[in-house]
Amino acid sequence: MTVSEVMATDVLTVRPEQTMSDLRIFMRDKRISGAPVVDNGKLVGMVSIEDLINALSECDLDTQIRYKMTTKVACLYADEPLVNCIATFSRHGYTRYPVVDRQGHLVGIVTKGNIVEGLLKKLEIEYVRTEAEINEARQRPTMRQFFEDVTADDISFIFKYHIAGQTLKDAGKAATELKHALKKLGICPPLLRRIGVATYEAEINLAAYTQGGEIIAHVEKWGVIVEAIDAGPGIPDIELAMKPGYSTASDWVRELGFGAGMGLVNIQKCSDEMELKSTVPDGTHLTMRFYYTS
Amino acid sequence: MKLNDLVKEFGLEVKTASGHLDREVKSGYVSDLLSDVLAHADEGTLWVTLHIHQNIVAVAMHKDLAGIILVQGRQPEQDTIVKAEEENIPILVSSLSAFELVGRLYKAGIRGAAAH
Repeated sequence: MTVSEVMATDVLTVRPEQTMSDLRIFMRDKRISGAPVVDNGKLVGMVSIEDLINALSECDLDTQIRYKMTTKVACLYADEPLVNCIATFSRHGYTRYPVVDRQGHLVGIVTKGNIVEGLLKKLEIEYVRTEAEINEARQRPTMRQFFEDVTADDISFIFKYHIAGQTLKDAGKAATELKHALKKLGICPPLLRRIGVATYEAEINLAAYTQGGEIIAHVEKWGVIVEAIDAGPGIPDIELAMKPGYSTASDWVRELGFGAGMGLVNIQKCSDEMELKSTVPDGTHLTMRFYYTS
Repeated sequence: MKLNDLVKEFGLEVKTASGHLDREVKSGYVSDLLSDVLAHADEGTLWVTLHIHQNIVAVAMHKDLAGIILVQGRQPEQDTIVKAEEENIPILVSSLSAFELVGRLYKAGIRGAAAH
């Protein structure tokens, strides 16, 4: 930071050929206690209220300012670092310092007030900039932020997918789309993977063993629920279906590498809670719950 | 070891996602049961299989696998290629059999995905 960044540029000046009487009126009208003396743009001295009092006591008011002003002026250069100016302040003890360029032209004036004001402004700019950077660095408002920002007795996002039965051609599409949607909502990758795998397994089950059904995901404040609901044929023995390696898969399903009897086991492993209800021939309702961990 | 290095070392044919070969291979898994892979592979695992249908892409995507190697020179189906490009899943083809390929991958320093 340089002196020019904090100095005041609208400086009230007087000319050396003006009289002390002019100065008295000028200082009274402008309510100032001193002024730089400038000749053709160049700083030639400083005149203060003290000089005026001396002139008054000597009845010397008709004298030109040039004879009463201080010519040994402590001034600052506009391109000087601001820290230098603090040293100058403490060295001389004046309240204001004229600022000149390297050619000696008066370009401004600095008081302690200007310095404090300049520093505060700089701090404010830094502060605003830092805030802006933090906001930018912060991820897009995620769904969890959204939940914090809005109020209602109950809020949830629902994603619904229709799954065709008896074909594995498009199997995985719903789980893939859901995963992409949840990613956009800001769910962290490890949880995203668990939800993706469990939903994919459930989707495969709908596609391979049922007449088709629906996958419904509810994104809640506390976590995600994924339901897989089908319209039959239902599971006669859930305990047996849950046994690792047990499978009723048809040949076409096995040919594709499914039907290893691991799907439900894997769903249980991936989800925090799993509930499986089934009635023959009405259908099966699988509910998987996933909790946000952080 | 990165996918790129494996492609060079084992002369693999890159079928999809050629822009995503700088990924580190953290482990390997060989299986032709998709549920088995879903249950036991890890993020960053390289999967060796003979399946060429599009479900392998969904499996790789959901498990965030590093890539898939098809053995015995098997070529992925067209649907599989399209989907793999969409999901940026590298599919590589080796002319070797699964046993031969996995043996060499192991020798190159790739170890099995941690058993769960």
